[in-house]
Amino acid sequence: MKIKQISIFLENRKGRLYDVCALLGKNDINIRALNVAETEAFGILRIVVNKPDAAVKALKDAGIVAKITDVVAIEVDDRPGGLTDILKVLADEDVNIEYMYGFVEKSSDRALMVFRFDDVDKAVNILKKHSIKIVTEQGVREL
Amino acid sequence: MIWNEKFECMAPAELKQVQSERLKKLAAYVYKNCKVYKDKFDKATVKPDKINSIDDIKRLPFTTKVDMRDNYPYGLFCMDQKDVKEIHVSSGTTGNPTLVGYTKDDLKLWSEVMARCLACAGAEPGDTVQNAYGYGLFTGGLGVHYGGLEMGLRIIPMSSGQTQRQLKIMQDFKPKIITCTPSYALYMAEEAKDMGIDPKNGNWKIGVFGAEPWTEKMRDEIEAVWNMLATDIYGLSEIIGPGVAQECPHKKGLHLFSDVFYPEIIDPDTGESVKEGQDGELVITTLTKQAIPLIRYRTRDLVSINCEKCKCGRTSPRISKIKGRTDDMIVVRGINVFPSQIEHVILGIEGTEPHYQIIVDRQQHHLDEVEVLVEVNSKMFSDEVKKLEELRRKIKKEIETVLSIGVKVTLVEPKTIERSMGKAKRVIDKRQI
Repeated sequence: MKIKQISIFLENRKGRLYDVCALLGKNDINIRALNVAETEAFGILRIVVNKPDAAVKALKDAGIVAKITDVVAIEVDDRPGGLTDILKVLADEDVNIEYMYGFVEKSSDRALMVFRFDDVDKAVNILKKHSIKIVTEQGVREL
Repeated sequence: MIWNEKFECMAPAELKQVQSERLKKLAAYVYKNCKVYKDKFDKATVKPDKINSIDDIKRLPFTTKVDMRDNYPYGLFCMDQKDVKEIHVSSGTTGNPTLVGYTKDDLKLWSEVMARCLACAGAEPGDTVQNAYGYGLFTGGLGVHYGGLEMGLRIIPMSSGQTQRQLKIMQDFKPKIITCTPSYALYMAEEAKDMGIDPKNGNWKIGVFGAEPWTEKMRDEIEAVWNMLATDIYGLSEIIGPGVAQECPHKKGLHLFSDVFYPEIIDPDTGESVKEGQDGELVITTLTKQAIPLIRYRTRDLVSINCEKCKCGRTSPRISKIKGRTDDMIVVRGINVFPSQIEHVILGIEGTEPHYQIIVDRQQHHLDEVEVLVEVNSKMFSDEVKKLEELRRKIKKEIETVLSIGVKVTLVEPKTIERSMGKAKRVIDKRQI
């Protein structure tokens, strides 16, 4: 139920994001979700792609520091309070969210969001228990 | 004034006699009291009774910073610690600092040579000195302090930093002499102007600047902005601290007190003496020190020497300003920094590789800044900003603890640090000194 996110270290230098995206494009890898965390001196690019293993290989071959992190993609009702419902479940069950961001595409009338938990397995169990819909790796590929 | 006319102006033949007698005594003393020296002498197959003149010094083995490191802390001491009255430390190349110790007589010697320096720069008893060298383990602050006491100056023991307070104090007490690093003198002048104070406003006469290399251009700037005579002082903790050599107002080289610190200038590769006037590494023997006498200590500083009598009347030889180093040490805000110290810290942190680079720059405001670039690898990398920031802060804190100066640490992508011939260029010094 977990999906693979690729995390990439980026120096705060002009054109770095372009370089990475161009490399992925050249290798026929499609970005499904994307988020950049930035600090004064460096950034971390987090992406969900259609072919994670091929993406990591291409990045590493190019000398870019990248690693795979397990995240969970959750379908969120696209209505006011949709996200709140999920966050309430997680808070009540004491699940800690490190960070989260949205998908580029939408599946039907639901929004897709990526969650990074400190304890992924515990989070997945709780989400299942509350019948919250999780998108699988297969599901991401088919988007 | 000349503080110790007898020794500072001694005729060359007589001076040689003094040096010879002192070296003879010294060789016997270290051989008897220090196993490290005994072993070194034995290895070089030289017995102290073969040392009869200062010219015999060439038979003695060199002492290096490695000897100090390998015998840390007490191996090079020639006496019991109960007779050691003060200790200081300076940067070591890795791990341990370099320890220096003083007996009561060593402290007297330090006061004497520092009094000679201050007098050589032009100080007169009764003058006020604002001492802005750091007090503490760094030898700068206390060295000037002891010399000031010895020659009867009124001392303002400011220590380094607290610039606004320095400026307030100098306006209120109008000292004639300032002692600090040359870059700090320029920094203070800028700060003064920003506060609407004219640095020239006061009774300034002399600055005694050292602990870092500086140029004639900086001298001109300091003299113009402060309206004072800017002189250069030289010293190193291993020998005594500040007080080894000092410029007189003629500014034609630094008078080195060779009756107590015997200089040789050698080719750093062969160890042979170079001709007078040629550049080479300064090697110093402390002829009268007791706690840790140093025999032919390799300072790693490149200078030339001039043995002619100076217009000021002193016969003591004069060394040039420091022209460079024979190792990779850099001086930042008066603090000696070895790239190996930084490497040691980085290697001690889990997951890191020794891919780093040190960039030193002098900013507009004249203070040196150090940036350490560390390449990120997949082991260190995390998708979480807080973990990477934690790592960055850890590296920064540990480097700062070892160096005692603030540094900026920047994480960079792999292979961004230029490698030449398979070996990375460790230091990029952008300062023009």
